[in-house]
Amino acid sequence: MSIPTIDQPASAGRAEPRTSILSLRGASKSFGAVAALTDIDLEVAAGEVVAIVGDNGAGKSTLVKVLSGVHLPDAGTITFESNQVTIPTPTAALDLGIATVFQDLALCDNLNVINNLFLGRELRPGRLDEVAMEVRSWELLRQLSAKIPSVRIPIAALSGGQRQTVAIARSLVGNPKVIILDEPTAALGVAQTAEVLNLVERLRERGLGVIMISHNMADVQAVADRVVVLRLGRNNGEFTVGAVSPEEIIAAITGATDNAVTRRTAQIDLRTASSLDKEVTS
Amino acid sequence: MTTTPTLPVDRQDERLANRTGVRGAITGAIDQIRGGDLGVLPVVAGLAVIWTILQILNRGFLSSANLVNLLMECAATGVIALGIVCVLLVAQIDLSVGSVSGLSSAILGILFVTQGWNVWVAVILAVLAGMLIGFIYGQIFNRFGVPSFVITLAGLLSFLGLQLFVLKGRGTINIPFESPLVYFAQLAFVPAWLSYVFIVVAAVSLFLVGYTTARARTAAGLSAQPIQLIIVKSATLLVVLGLIAFYLNQARGIGWMFVLFVALVLVMHYMLTRTRWGRSVYAVGGNVEAARRSGINVRWVYTSVFMTCSTLAAIGGILAASRLAAASQSSGGGDVNLNAIAAAVIGGTSLFGGRGTAFAALLGIIVIQSISSGLTLLNLDSSFRFIVTGIVLLLAVTLDSVSRRSRTSHGRA
Ligand SMILES: Nc1ncnc2c1ncn2[C@@H]1O[C@H](COP(=O)(O)OP(=O)(O)OP(=O)(O)O)[C@@H](O)[C@H]1O
Ligand SMILES: [Mg+2]
Repeated sequence: MSIPTIDQPASAGRAEPRTSILSLRGASKSFGAVAALTDIDLEVAAGEVVAIVGDNGAGKSTLVKVLSGVHLPDAGTITFESNQVTIPTPTAALDLGIATVFQDLALCDNLNVINNLFLGRELRPGRLDEVAMEVRSWELLRQLSAKIPSVRIPIAALSGGQRQTVAIARSLVGNPKVIILDEPTAALGVAQTAEVLNLVERLRERGLGVIMISHNMADVQAVADRVVVLRLGRNNGEFTVGAVSPEEIIAAITGATDNAVTRRTAQIDLRTASSLDKEVTS
Repeated sequence: MTTTPTLPVDRQDERLANRTGVRGAITGAIDQIRGGDLGVLPVVAGLAVIWTILQILNRGFLSSANLVNLLMECAATGVIALGIVCVLLVAQIDLSVGSVSGLSSAILGILFVTQGWNVWVAVILAVLAGMLIGFIYGQIFNRFGVPSFVITLAGLLSFLGLQLFVLKGRGTINIPFESPLVYFAQLAFVPAWLSYVFIVVAAVSLFLVGYTTARARTAAGLSAQPIQLIIVKSATLLVVLGLIAFYLNQARGIGWMFVLFVALVLVMHYMLTRTRWGRSVYAVGGNVEAARRSGINVRWVYTSVFMTCSTLAAIGGILAASRLAAASQSSGGGDVNLNAIAAAVIGGTSLFGGRGTAFAALLGIIVIQSISSGLTLLNLDSSFRFIVTGIVLLLAVTLDSVSRRSRTSHGRA
């Protein structure tokens, strides 16, 4: 399957002829009466970083869960390495080589860092190789400049950012081909955010496909090749980073059409609407 | 400047209190307890208190002969409690273990005694029945999402009914004294010399495991337990177990049935702590959704846990019938169910899931049997036993809830 070649070489080493590794066509997902996703298309190539942006509740996390086997889509097809696949379970996603860092992190509070990193993928199932797992854990955490004092303490003892780092490190354990990061830097400090962005760069260089969700335009601009905008569960534009300004992306996120006047009126509308809301509630 | 390149990779964070050697291990343990990670400490302390009181009330309580008996009485219900530990670890419950053990005694009695089948065939079929029951529980739980509380409550009634039905009009089936089962449960004791061999083997294995682990960790650049600490631990184990065995050997010694129970506890401990299956059990108990998203086959974990529990309940039923040399309509009835569940909880298994060890079954059942044996020696009937066991159970659960709160505030949830 060919990708719309909208990406331009932003820097050397980024632009290679790309083969689509994971693509989603016409995906829909409803929760009861709420249509969380409607007819979504998404594509990521090997060695490409795709950012998904959108307002709260736009359906980003739902999209991630469809790709990682947590939710089965109501409609749509998924193609992985040019084979049509279904991803009915998280195991299926992991087996294909799709690793995910979930927004809620999905860590077990009662297990320690090593056990969480290797959960479901422990070395030597019948007689666990604790030493090798601990060594590998430290390697992964170092790579992310994690500030974790000990890997033998339960997750419950870590700060929010430390947990997020553990969740990111966990996605690297199984040598995946595609990594999906749902707001990976939301809780991170300056150094750790920089490390995660560096990591994303390195993953791209290694030829992995990366899907990254973020509310931070600076992060998106820094690492993404392409930005896919979701709005109210639908595709609302796709941009090549470097070819557009952040304002244009933000306009697509908020749903204003692309000119200053409508943007302005939209904002005023929002403001009056919210002040009306306040009047009603007060 | 505390960080030097020679520090092991897991000791380089400068916030980490640098605890090395035997003293470091002790401070570490104290910290852990303060943080609400009590482990087996409360139950060991509680046992000491209970034993002291009972000994004061009755001089015969701590006699070798009574302790030998007490341990023999632990085995059957203890094996059942071991299964309960597993279901509690995945934050579920099995209320039907008493009925399942009773049914298994009935199957054994009918096949072996009434029908005259080979004893081992009868034993295997009784165990398989337990396994099947657990499998059915797992299927209902996974497919229909019925809470395990309700499934096993239904199981409690149904299997009790089945037991009464198959035993109808048969009264009590006596298992012949010359059968290997009764011999095993009543008369088979470990010879004194062999008990010491076992203990030496245990201490040496503890040392070797500790030593090889420490070497592997050092070779991998990780911090390791100092060899002195490993020696101290192994020597302590040797001396403590040696003294216990010596004391018990003053009377009949250690029953093989108790040895079987301890062996099952050790196997379960290995399964829970050293295998992928064990990790997934703790993970499912801690956060099911996280376990599922990590690619763990959560349904299989539940099914295997229910099967383990019912199988152990069936084995417990066989042991109980062998010990009594009888299977009857009241086998597995009365307080078996409650004692097994109480033992697991008193031993320190959390009702909230994801926390507890196989040793909880061993320690918990010793507490319960101590109370029972001590009050029997005082000629008090079961009414007192129920009251005291109930209070101890409440204390244990309260402790679990309090330490859970303390864990949250100390970041060890
Ligand atoms: N499990 C669920 N059950 C019912 N509705 C759901 C569920 N998950 C998501 N939704 C609904 O789907 C919509 C999209 O949610 P989603 O979590 O995908 O948003 P998001 O784009 O990730 O938002 P945020 O930026 O806040 O993370 C929301 O309206 C939400 O209420
Ligand atoms: Mg989200």
